[in-house]
Amino acid sequence: MRRLVLILVPYAWLLALFLVPFIIVVKISLSDVALARPPYLPQFDWAEGIGAFLSELDFENFVFLTTDSLYWKAYLSSLTIALVSTLITLCIGYPIAYGMARAPEEWRPTLMMLIILPFWTSFLIRVYAWMGILSSEGFLNQFLLWIGVIDQPLTILNTNSAVYIGIVYTYLPFMVLPIYAALDRLDGSLIETAEDLGCSRLSAFWLVTIPLSRNGIIAGCFLVFIPALGEFVIPSLLGGSDTLMIGKVLWEEFFSNRDWPVASAVAVVLLLILVVPIVLFQRNQQKQAEAEG
Amino acid sequence: MRLSWFNVVSLTLGFAFLYIPMVILVIFSFNESKLVTVWAGFSTKWYGELLQNEAFLDAAWVTIRVAVFSSTLATILGTMAAYVLVRGGRFMGRTLFSGMIYAPLVMPEVITGLSLLLLFIGIGLDRGVLTIVLAHTTFAMCYVSVVVSSRLVTFDRSLEEAALDLGCSPMQAFRLVTLPIIAPAVISGWLLAFTLSLDDLVIASFTTGPSATTLPIKIFSAVRLGVSPEINALSTIMIGIVTVGVISASLVSKQAMVRQRREEQAAARAQ
Repeated sequence: MRRLVLILVPYAWLLALFLVPFIIVVKISLSDVALARPPYLPQFDWAEGIGAFLSELDFENFVFLTTDSLYWKAYLSSLTIALVSTLITLCIGYPIAYGMARAPEEWRPTLMMLIILPFWTSFLIRVYAWMGILSSEGFLNQFLLWIGVIDQPLTILNTNSAVYIGIVYTYLPFMVLPIYAALDRLDGSLIETAEDLGCSRLSAFWLVTIPLSRNGIIAGCFLVFIPALGEFVIPSLLGGSDTLMIGKVLWEEFFSNRDWPVASAVAVVLLLILVVPIVLFQRNQQKQAEAEG
Repeated sequence: MRLSWFNVVSLTLGFAFLYIPMVILVIFSFNESKLVTVWAGFSTKWYGELLQNEAFLDAAWVTIRVAVFSSTLATILGTMAAYVLVRGGRFMGRTLFSGMIYAPLVMPEVITGLSLLLLFIGIGLDRGVLTIVLAHTTFAMCYVSVVVSSRLVTFDRSLEEAALDLGCSPMQAFRLVTLPIIAPAVISGWLLAFTLSLDDLVIASFTTGPSATTLPIKIFSAVRLGVSPEINALSTIMIGIVTVGVISASLVSKQAMVRQRREEQAAARAQ
């Protein structure tokens, strides 16, 4: 009896506030936009039954997404931005994680804390911090003008470059932590053996260290890629009006155009795109857990 | 192993990249000038103005209330869910249950927000503090349950069984044995839920109504117009709170670790 209550309470909560809302999104994505409150049709009516209700649903909104180039361009550019920034984050994050793993034992807790601290700091504030740096009279331009690299201020804020910088900056800890965890577990004697057997330091790194930290690399890449794909705050604060990202499109579709069915269809397609990386990520985590267990 | 010059350079540049933007933000919150990129002398006037800004204070109060309620609820529900996942054994729909625990962790915020808003409108719930609390509790409980279940997995079950053998009821065994052992995970789960709620802009924007504006929503609408010294001051206060919190938490856990090691050594000597 007690066990039943223990299971039922969180179960019912998640059903009501996670699964049901999601089913509603799918349902509305198949409805038509209407000048009513709430602004979509058909409403579910018990008297008419499920058959009549289902017959009024259609895939119009999804067809609309394929005909208006705004949407598929937004999906495509979200994918590109997420992918490129994941790779940049990897290139910056790996050396940091590698340095942390090779640092003296007594430094590591401090280094670890320094990586985690930004994670606890407000996301919004960390994105905001870059607005003052990247603007045309911002610190970066002042600095570059001062050292004489440029003689005209660069336009960085409100371009895609600023979006890349923002994503790399905010998601860097997500990349560093899993790679560091993998490198920390790595048996140092393996590298020594490789070197004894005639590998140069660089080839020992490529042939031993990188393959053995593969799981950390994969986990880090997914942890950056998945949230970056649906990102809203970064493109809307740092990006320009021509920065197309699907999170921003969904937001505008909903709040500015008030087209709920299309916003819902955008959400459903975004989720369908995300299913692939999410499943791959889960599988990688499971494999890793089994390897350790 | 010794640090090579490459390691030193990458660590230095990496941490500089992470911290310089925040340091600049903090320094310029003490700037006299309204222009945020030109230094005009030290002043704390923006902090004074912030404390007189009713709209910000109201928003801060709403945010704190939402965070306290939702993180507490999320901790209770998340701990229950973790217990069910680790100790519940088999039951109908277990796969769906664990799916629903992990899915919100990777769900884009825009989708979570949109779907909850459509639910609240569908059932005719007035949007305000209550709906934000419900939304935050739902996604935060998943984080709590992941944190707590990772602790429950490594927990020696025979301790619980011993308590039951010695005449504890299951509830007493949980309160006297299990809870004290998983307490650090429960506390860090609460802290995580609390910060997630404090931080959240997207889900709160979707699920709130005109009656309740949270601090991130307020900051976002102010920041869209550009950088302002008042927001710098507010950010500095928030960064300060987090820094003190994280440093003291790591000191406390370090002390606990030292104490545990000493006790283990004492126990080993006694044998």
